[in-house]
Amino acid sequence: MALVNHYGYWIAVFLMIVGLYITIAPGNLVKKLIGLGIFQTSVYLLYIAPAKLIGGTAPIISEAFKTYSNPLPHVLILTAIVVGVATLALGLAIVVRVREAYGTIEEDEILELDRAAEQQPAQ
Amino acid sequence: MISEHLPALQVVLPLISAPLIVVVRREAFAWSLATAVSWIGLGIAVELALRTAQSGAISYAIGNWPPPWGIEYRVDRLSSFVLVLVSLVGAIVMPYARTSVAAELPRERRYLFYSMYCLCLAGLLGITITGDVFNLFVFLEISSLSAYVLIAMGQKRKALFAAFQYLVLGTIGATFYVIGIGLLYLMTGTLNLADLAVRVAGVHELRPVLAALAFITVGIGMKLALFPLHQWLPNAYTYAPSVVTAFLAATATKVSLYVLMRFYYVVFGNALVFRTLPLDDILLALSVVAIVTMSLVAVFQSDLKRMLAYSSVAQIGYITLGIALTNAAGLTGAIAHLFNHGVTKGALFLLAGGISLRCGGTSFAAIAGLGQRMPFTSFGIVIAGLSLIGVPATAGFTTKWYLVVGALERGYWWLAALIVVSSLIAVAYVWRFVEAAYLQAPGPEAPRQGEMPLSMLLPAWLMVGACIYFGIWTSFNIGFAGSAAELLLHSGR
Repeated sequence: MALVNHYGYWIAVFLMIVGLYITIAPGNLVKKLIGLGIFQTSVYLLYIAPAKLIGGTAPIISEAFKTYSNPLPHVLILTAIVVGVATLALGLAIVVRVREAYGTIEEDEILELDRAAEQQPAQ
Repeated sequence: MISEHLPALQVVLPLISAPLIVVVRREAFAWSLATAVSWIGLGIAVELALRTAQSGAISYAIGNWPPPWGIEYRVDRLSSFVLVLVSLVGAIVMPYARTSVAAELPRERRYLFYSMYCLCLAGLLGITITGDVFNLFVFLEISSLSAYVLIAMGQKRKALFAAFQYLVLGTIGATFYVIGIGLLYLMTGTLNLADLAVRVAGVHELRPVLAALAFITVGIGMKLALFPLHQWLPNAYTYAPSVVTAFLAATATKVSLYVLMRFYYVVFGNALVFRTLPLDDILLALSVVAIVTMSLVAVFQSDLKRMLAYSSVAQIGYITLGIALTNAAGLTGAIAHLFNHGVTKGALFLLAGGISLRCGGTSFAAIAGLGQRMPFTSFGIVIAGLSLIGVPATAGFTTKWYLVVGALERGYWWLAALIVVSSLIAVAYVWRFVEAAYLQAPGPEAPRQGEMPLSMLLPAWLMVGACIYFGIWTSFNIGFAGSAAELLLHSGR
């Protein structure tokens, strides 16, 4: 039962591992950034899942509402989302520059080009 | 009136300058503002350090929301020490930057460089001054994102890929840190560092708290280039513009080390971290491997900047070694080495920047016979190199002395011997520079240009002078570090 009740955490941990794997495994730089995005998003869930109560409202002081969701994690994650968007934007901007400089966004081809450039110093 | 808001101004001034520079878009304005902000920041940091030395820690409630609910800025012995380091390096690097940036970056990108520098400075100062763990994450990302941009501005295309690798690893590190503080918040319901320290004591045997410790150790370890997590560092330091390398090498990893000390000694407490868990043994082993292997790798590099980058990983090993010793002498050595190594490596990278300006690169082939062409630069590198080795009367010696004393207090004779032996490896890599600069004849196609411009040489030599000054008059670095170490050891449980 405990396993089922905590399904929110299971989803978060599953996404975390998937994201981390996608960040590391493929050689394509854009795919790496996609993995990084999934990894960061899983952390948002980790914060939000325990903060949200089913049927809970925003913390409004009124007779009509009895159950409140904790607003603080929601606000924190709002900030974390902004950080995540900035990271993704910067990452993609660097990938565009990498593509302009190397003509490829595959990690092994970039390393190969660097190695070739080192063996034949600038003429 | 204004003096009570100094903790906020320390961070707010560089933070506001960054968008202002982008709006005005003038290179001269950008440089003037960045320099002015750096020097005012140094003034504020020194003033705060004097005040904490006189009357204890300063607590500043942002927006008048009292802690632990609001965000607290907290300046104590340890944080003011790191604030002085970061702002001092910024203030010395900026006058140097004008000539160096003009030589290395195209005109249309220069004002953006200064804008990113201001953001990075604000982030690093913010990490140090804040007393709120989530606010710390935000500043960590401000400084890291601007650092990725600064590194990507390097001249070679390799800088782009180095910045990308740093971005991926740095983001994984920061996200690990967020997972860690999320778990802590779940268990304690607070984000304030001082409040966390009290509340973690009640729940420190629960598994989520231990998981939080693990996540924070790995996350911050990634940022500070702890031995197996250092892969991003050599390329990032080698291909970044000279100013950026000097600034980041002297400040960014040091600030992360400060965060690690805070979490270990204040939040989790040394009883949990080092007695219940064997983290001191793990950290000790990693530090020893870092010191020995990275120093050896540094010996075999063919490029001066790259050699210094590997030496940085080894020197970070000395700092984590001091943290792992968990006694007053070791911790004093670790905290003082933040400053001493920051100043030493800053000086070396500033001088290396002058070499790359005059010789078009920093490979050992390019600097053959440098002692005749650039006597002041070469001599400066030798002096700072002596501090890197830890020769008496240099800053590097004072910290190694404390580390050896700390190791002997723990009864680790082999460790004390190893610190001495590792200094000999440092002699080997500094000797490689001496050999190339003084004993080799210049190559036939070596450019016949003289010393680097005075606007770059003076700041660089100011740093070199600091290596000597803080090795002889140790009342600031060792004195302050000693009282900060006491603070850490007694705040723990």
